[in-house]
Amino acid sequence: MNFDRIQEKLNILADAAKYDVSCASSGSNRTNTNKGLGDASKMGICHSYTEDGRCVSLLKILLTNHCIFDCAYCVTRKSNDVKRAAFKIQEVVDLTINFYRRNYIEGLFLSSGIFKNADYTMERLIAVAKKLREEENFNGYIHLKSIPDTSDELMYEAGLYADRLSVNIEVPTISGLKLLAPDKKHEDFTKPMLKVKNELLRFKNERKIIKSTPKYAPAGQSTQMIVGATGETDKDIMYSATYYYKKYHMKRVYYSGYVPVAEDSRLPSIGSQVPMLRENRLYQTDWLLRFYGFAVNEILDKEHPNLDIDVDPKLSWALRNMHHFPVDVNTADKRMLARIPGLGMRSVEKIVNARRFRKLNWDHLKKIGVALNRAKYFMVCDSRNWERRDLDAEKIKGMILQTSSGKFRSQYSNQLALFN
Amino acid sequence: MENTKTLIYDGSFNGFLTAVFIAFEEKINVSDIQRNSHGQNGLFSETETIFTDVHKAKRVWNGIRNKSHNAISNVYFAFLSETDGIELMLFTYIQKLMASKNGKQLDYSDGIVLRISQLARSVGREKHRMEAFVRFQLTKDEIYFANIEPDFDVLPLISKHFRNRYADQQWLIYDVKRKYGIHYNLEHVELVSLNLKEVHFNKVHKSDAFLSEEYDYQTLWNDYFKSTNIKSRINRKLHTQHVPKRYWKYLSEKKETA
Ligand code: SF4
Repeated sequence: MNFDRIQEKLNILADAAKYDVSCASSGSNRTNTNKGLGDASKMGICHSYTEDGRCVSLLKILLTNHCIFDCAYCVTRKSNDVKRAAFKIQEVVDLTINFYRRNYIEGLFLSSGIFKNADYTMERLIAVAKKLREEENFNGYIHLKSIPDTSDELMYEAGLYADRLSVNIEVPTISGLKLLAPDKKHEDFTKPMLKVKNELLRFKNERKIIKSTPKYAPAGQSTQMIVGATGETDKDIMYSATYYYKKYHMKRVYYSGYVPVAEDSRLPSIGSQVPMLRENRLYQTDWLLRFYGFAVNEILDKEHPNLDIDVDPKLSWALRNMHHFPVDVNTADKRMLARIPGLGMRSVEKIVNARRFRKLNWDHLKKIGVALNRAKYFMVCDSRNWERRDLDAEKIKGMILQTSSGKFRSQYSNQLALFN
Repeated sequence: MENTKTLIYDGSFNGFLTAVFIAFEEKINVSDIQRNSHGQNGLFSETETIFTDVHKAKRVWNGIRNKSHNAISNVYFAFLSETDGIELMLFTYIQKLMASKNGKQLDYSDGIVLRISQLARSVGREKHRMEAFVRFQLTKDEIYFANIEPDFDVLPLISKHFRNRYADQQWLIYDVKRKYGIHYNLEHVELVSLNLKEVHFNKVHKSDAFLSEEYDYQTLWNDYFKSTNIKSRINRKLHTQHVPKRYWKYLSEKKETA
């Protein structure tokens, strides 16, 4: 191993890959077979956290940062004057294996700038994954970023070796895409997504009949959108996310606050703030849609095209829908409990459990660990004093902001447990 | 106050379960359960020394498990917290559990139930952290070696995880605080007690126990860690919340800072 050369490449190619925010290594079902190396079953593990607070669970690198395209939002774009490098296939394999053996990582997240054309590039990404699986007997997690416009045959092959596939849509609206990535067409993204979705469905069906059907991308597919590079609203973003969840069966949609990487009149200038709070609000909304039974149009619509910045989306929804409250925690169904601001799913479970034994009052709720500072305005229980009294939405909001502003304003990252 | 006793056991989990078995069987009014190294018997109660009996322990284990899977893991995890007085708390917990009609519905508004589940959760959290923060270093005898220094005694809990994951390499994880380790020899995992002369912190100074290649990989990882950071998003508070400082000295990515 030529250490100095690898070190240089790693610095360049990890640096260029860091703007892809997806880092999950969970949701696969690949267990260690034949006394091989690694195990990608069940939940993923964050092995470390960057100083910006994001989880490090995969070796996230580009195969190369040479690129024939010129997408405005991307550091790797051809017109950007940066050092270029490319890994050899074997080098990526060695790095992955050696990092994995030392318990630094859960696996590999491999992406790439485009050399020559989509298929030529994708073939190389696949070659890395194939080598890891077949020559190294590696059962850790592999996430391959599919190159837009990759052919169906290669998307099929990629899914045989990868746990997860993703094509980043990056720009949430078609008009934005035209503006910022003139070399790419909307179909370049959707075609590989469709192929993956269909293969996943086919795998599911065949698996029912033939147990030995080879695994296909067991952790599914995901995509990423950049937030704040073009003028789209939160509504544009979340409606488009909902569309991808439904139409392409995405496991996850990631939202990445745009980090200015170039001076370009089409984009926010270098040095402008990364919209982290906005990004966090989008994650919270995504969470509400996936786990709390909210429909996207309950949270965002024509009159409310953007999420509130000062309060989280669940609280914001509640304040706009005061007629649903107060909820009686001793009788309400889970769905309504989950809509009480400040109550997380874990608390909901605990309440449902504990109320089988007795009628719950404020003390019980506190003991169970329910954070009452927000919730108390929206619920009644087996106690007389009802904190909400005759407060209206405005007043409640004011009181909540007063008591908790410091706390949740400083917590920006999407890695947090969102609604504890 | 007939038959009030302090039970003394050997400190092992099986020993503790045996004590529970005997307390139930002989209807002992237990005033405390203490490990023999503790030696702080109550002044007025009699003591009885318990001899670990795997068969009896197993019956208690199965009894709790049949009531609730959740409870058995709570009991084991909370036990490993090594909290002062944990044995008596667990004994009360087990009594409550056995008296309940349906062990699946734990009453979280009960103080003991809550305390045990909190302790179990803390131990569970550290178990996950150790699964994440173990950093192996390859020794010259081709063993992947790691030091850890957890707050709780989590080695027994992480053994399976590492066995599943590193089936084709020899490894040894050593608990510096409790002075014992688990070693996987390509066949199975064994407990080993070692008295290491030198604790391998991730200090910049190199030890000749390891291959020089080992330090190259540490450097690469350390570099990688730095280049994934996005400066305009820095949030140190969140960082230390996720990676508490007390673990830093064994993390190769924290080499200069620790
Ligand atoms: S094709 Fe991909 S790597 Fe190339 S400039 Fe566009 S976003 Fe960047």
